[in-house]
This record gives sequence, C-alpha cells and structure tokens, in this order.
Amino acid sequence: MYGKRLRGLALTTTALLTLTLVAVFFWAPNDATLGFLQKIFYIHVPLAIITLSGFIAGGVMAIQHLRSGDSRWDLRSYVAIHISLVFGVGVLITGSIWARAAWGHWWVWSEPTLVSFLLVMLLYATYQPLRFAIEDPERQARAASVFAIVAGVFVPICFTIVRLSTAYVHPRTLDDVSGNLPGRMQVVFWLSLASVALLWLLLWRYEMTSKNASAQLRRLRQLLSEDDELPPPLRRSAAPSVGAPEMVGR
Amino acid sequence: MAAAIELNGVTRRYGERLALAEVTLTLEEGRTLAVLGPNGAGKTTLLRLLATLLRPHGGETRVLGHALPEESWAVRGRIGLLGHEPLLYRELTARENLAYHAALHGVDAATVERLLGAVALERRADEPLRTLSRGMVQRAAVCRALLHDPPLLLLDEPRANLDPTASELVEPLIGRGSGRTRVIVSHDPAGALAEADLVLGLVRGRVALLAPADQLDRAALAELYR
Amino acid sequence: MRAVVAALLRKELRVELRTFESIPAMTLFSVTTYVLFHFGLQQNQVSSSLASGVLWVTLLFAAVLGINRLFVADAEQGGFDGFLLSPADRGALLVAKGAALFLYLTVVEVISVPAFALLLLEPSLGAAMPGLLAVLALVNLGVAAIGTLVGALAVRTRSRDLLGPLLSLPLLVPVVIGAALLTTPLFSTPVRAMPLHWLVILALYDLVFAVIAFALFDFLLED
Repeated sequence: MYGKRLRGLALTTTALLTLTLVAVFFWAPNDATLGFLQKIFYIHVPLAIITLSGFIAGGVMAIQHLRSGDSRWDLRSYVAIHISLVFGVGVLITGSIWARAAWGHWWVWSEPTLVSFLLVMLLYATYQPLRFAIEDPERQARAASVFAIVAGVFVPICFTIVRLSTAYVHPRTLDDVSGNLPGRMQVVFWLSLASVALLWLLLWRYEMTSKNASAQLRRLRQLLSEDDELPPPLRRSAAPSVGAPEMVGR
Repeated sequence: MAAAIELNGVTRRYGERLALAEVTLTLEEGRTLAVLGPNGAGKTTLLRLLATLLRPHGGETRVLGHALPEESWAVRGRIGLLGHEPLLYRELTARENLAYHAALHGVDAATVERLLGAVALERRADEPLRTLSRGMVQRAAVCRALLHDPPLLLLDEPRANLDPTASELVEPLIGRGSGRTRVIVSHDPAGALAEADLVLGLVRGRVALLAPADQLDRAALAELYR
Repeated sequence: MRAVVAALLRKELRVELRTFESIPAMTLFSVTTYVLFHFGLQQNQVSSSLASGVLWVTLLFAAVLGINRLFVADAEQGGFDGFLLSPADRGALLVAKGAALFLYLTVVEVISVPAFALLLLEPSLGAAMPGLLAVLALVNLGVAAIGTLVGALAVRTRSRDLLGPLLSLPLLVPVVIGAALLTTPLFSTPVRAMPLHWLVILALYDLVFAVIAFALFDFLLED
C-alpha cells in the first residue's frame, strides 16, 4: 500500500528536471551583463520560492495538527519542514554564488531577500533541536506545531520588514528579479519552478512513505513478538514517533 | 446512586508504550477506590487522567458526569488533587499560596483561614514554605486541594509525609468521614484496603484486579507485586 | 479573568521580590555588556547607528535572560499543574506572564538606559527622551509577547537554557531592526526626526505576535 504512485512521480520529476537543465544551459539566452553565471538564477530563485512555500505549508499542516489532534498531521508538517531545510541550505549556497557573480561579494547585506532568507533559516534551524529536547512524544508534537505556526507566520513578516528596512537604508541594487524577464527566460524560469516544486513533492512523499512503512514494520514486529512490548529504539530522534494508534489486525 | 467516575476501555499511551490499557470501572459517589500496583503500573497516569491533566487516548472517561477530555472545563475546579508534589511555590508562605489558589478558584479568604486552622498551620502560615518541614508542607497542600470543597478527591499517597498526629488532623478533611468520593493511590495495600470500598490492581497499565474490598482475594493481591 | 490575572501577577512579583532571580541579573548583565562594548569597540563614546546597535543588542540579550527564567519556578514547583487544575482561563496566565516580563524589562531599562547614556552615549539623552520612551514601550511589548510564548515553549525541554535564546533571537530580529532605525536619528547630533512609520510597523509586529501567542498558548500548557 505504500509508495504506489511514487514511481510515476519520480519519473515525471526526473524528466522535467532534465528538460529544465537542458533548457537552462542550451536554450535560455545568456544574460547581457552577468553572462553565463546568471543561469544559477534559474535554480536559486525557484529553490527559494519552494523552500519558503514548504515552510508555510508546514505551518498550515501544524494548524491542522493542533485543530484535529491527529499526529499524522504532525508527521506531514515535520517532513515538509525537514525537506525545506535541506532545500534552504541549497538556497543559501546558490544565493551566495549569485551574489558573488552579481556584486563581487559572497554576501551582500543590501539584498533583502537573501538577508531575510538567512533569518528564516536561523529560526528554522532550531526546529529539530526543539523536537529533540522534548521526550514525551505528544508534547513534542504539540510544541513542534506551535513552533511551525509561529515560524510560518514569521516568514512573510520577516521578508516584509527586512525589505522595508533595506529600502530605508540602501537604494535597491537590483530590480525585482523575476518580474521583468525577456520571453525565453520567463519560460525557463516557470519550467524550473515547476520541476523544483515537483522535486520537493517527490521528496516529501518519499520521506512520508519511508516513515509510514517503518512505523508499520514496527507495529507488525510488535504483533509478532509474544511479549506485549518491544523495547524502545536505542537512538533518540527528532522525528515524530509514528505511534501505534491503530494496531494492525486489531 | 450516581457514578462519580465511569471508565470504559480507557487507554493512554506514552509514545508506543501503553501506560493504561482498556481500563474499565465504575465508582459510585461517596465511595473510595484504592489503586494498587507495582511501580510503573500506571497508577499516577490514571490519577492525572482523572484530574484532566492528561488526555485519554481511547475509550470513554466520565468524571462527575462529564466526558473527558471534551468537558474537562466542567470538571476542573471540582476535583482536589493531592500528590507527591504539593503544587505550591516554595518562596511563598502557606497563606500566600492558598490566597493565590483561592483567587484561581474564586474562593474567599475566610475559607483559607478556616482550613489553615483545621490543619493547625496558622502559627507557621506566614513563613516561606521552603523553611517548613515536609509534613507541614503536605498539610498546606491538603488545604490547597480542599479550598474549593471538591466532591472528588484524587490522592496519591496522601499521608506519606505526615506523622500520626498530622494524619489524624487531616482525617476529617480527606478521610472517609469527609463524605467525598475518593481515589487513593497507594504502595501500602493494608492501609489502603482499610479505607477502600473498591480495589483496583494495575499491572503494566492493565487491570489485574478489580473487586469490592470486602470480597478481595488476598492471593490475587499478592500476585500484583510479583 | 481580571481577578485571576491580578492574583497571578501578584504571585509572580512576590516570587521575584523574594528570589531576585531575574531583574538584578538582567540589569547587571546589561551594564557589564556596555563595559564590554567599550573595550570591544575601543570607543569611549558612541553615537548614531553604533549607539543604537549597542543599546538594543544589549537590552535584547538581557531580555533573553529574563525569558529563560520566566517559567522556571512554575515548571519546577508544580505551578503549571496547580494552575491547570483550577477553572481559571488559561489566557490569564499568558497575560500575567507577559505583564510580568514587561514590568521586569521596564525596571531594567530604568537603570540600564541611564547607565548607557552615562557610560557610552555621546549626545545627551534629554532631547531623545520622548521618542526613546515610545520605542522602549513598543520593544518591551514585543519582547513580552514573543518572550512569553518562547519561554513557555522552551521551559519544558531538556535544554531550555539553550533553546530559549535560539528560538527568541531570530524572532526578535525585526524588533531590533525597527528599534535601531528609530533611535539612530535620536542618538545623532543634532537630533534628527525619527522615521515615524517604523513606530507603526513595530506596533503591528507586536500585535501580530500577541495574537499568535494568545491563540497558541493553551497548547503549550497541556501535558
């Protein structure tokens, strides 16, 4: 029952990603001022958009969790934030390369999106330690959801405030990057956005499937063991424990 | 007589581990339930669950006629919990602590004084709790649990820190004579049996024994602690 | 609700007055930090944006000390259970704790801000005072809202001393942004006008987090 449509999704994602990369390198025109290096834009910006959307999605799932008390929503929220954290590291690295190409420095404080992104990442970096520090699984799930909602609200506010402050301190160095692109660049950008979104979705589904499958496996082992309790796993983990709400075969 | 506590297949998990598994019992108003069992049997979990401090994960829980957790707001303020911890601030005096809890429960100051008198704590009522002995702190905790005159008492080894004199002092408040429904968790089967109408034995969260105190099988009781 | 908040706040202040766990530590910490800045920056006097930065970063770190201590007595002495057993509205605890934190910060600032003016600030504080008071009030409000929420979140974790600051500092960055922009012209000679719209932005930020704290606080109390 697990991972049924995963293969289809995986193949679609691979195909679209390949197409995107080909389009980025061979079809999109070279940028007049930045040249070849501008192409990192097609990875950086969609990656950033999807990361932030993933964080916000994690917050929405956390709201569902607190409203329903259903721990599966906590798992969904956890996986969403987890995948977005991984993507987020990619955003910071590509952003840094972009900054180097565009302004000659690895880091620029005058670029509000980059700065906001760093702030958001600093906040989300505490998500896993927070989970790790609470032993009671139910309280861990609730605290994590509270965090996910607070942080999810923080994301747009942080971007707004940093942008407002940068506008006040520095004049903008670069106009809105995704807004006024010439035709072909526009197409490649949207293509890239779609394939990064699919990649996020694929990874999310994949991790969900893996988590559910190992929980199911544990439940089955529990049933097989004559004794009524399996020893708890030795290694603690920040991931939500998918408890045994519905014991198999009961 | 109406039932003060009705449990039907009540389950509470701690992660994967079952802390309470399918506990079913009925306790009528004015009666006393003794909860016995070895360490880790789920006795405290049951008490905290009845006190609305823990949510049940399955089954039906009704306390004082209200379903938990949906109607826990109606149960809060009608139960007195007296456990190992006094739930009082160590830096505050007994009087200040009780005044604080009286405000939380909407009870007047006269009740505080009456209870302090009843447990013979007036003389030390203005000293910080951290300077009082365990027994005196426990007496203050008895006052705290009884401030709002709860019809249901949840007691976890209520006399653990009390000497015989103090034990006698609190007897009319938390003993059988108080006329309240009581749940007593105890490690001392003999003492608890003397007070109980109904005995519940828990082993690893499951009901191992449930019988009226006067029909109790001593062998089954001994089996609990194996 | 009002009587309950009053009782909670009275209890809070009494415990603080008996233990002196928060306010003196926060005050002393902030003054020591000014001394550190003097040596770290190798400046006898600071003004303008540098002065803003020193003041707000110092006050924020001092606030974090208070946030870390805010719920410790309740977690360790059964205060949460005692409160939860009563029929009192849980929002009352949030309001009382927030008010207590706001008060602590205010008391700390009464000493710490003049100390800053004395030790490091180049322009005189007189002309800047009305504006500075407004900014301080908004900053305290924001710290109170965020601090109460984060304090409740962190207190029942194993590493609360680490998680408190790690969680609260990123959330407080927008407060620093606003406060620093607002006071930079105040700490310049001659004093320039504050960018007043930042007062509104700061107030909105406070409001948003007060609402979030109110909506989510209940979930942090339950076991």
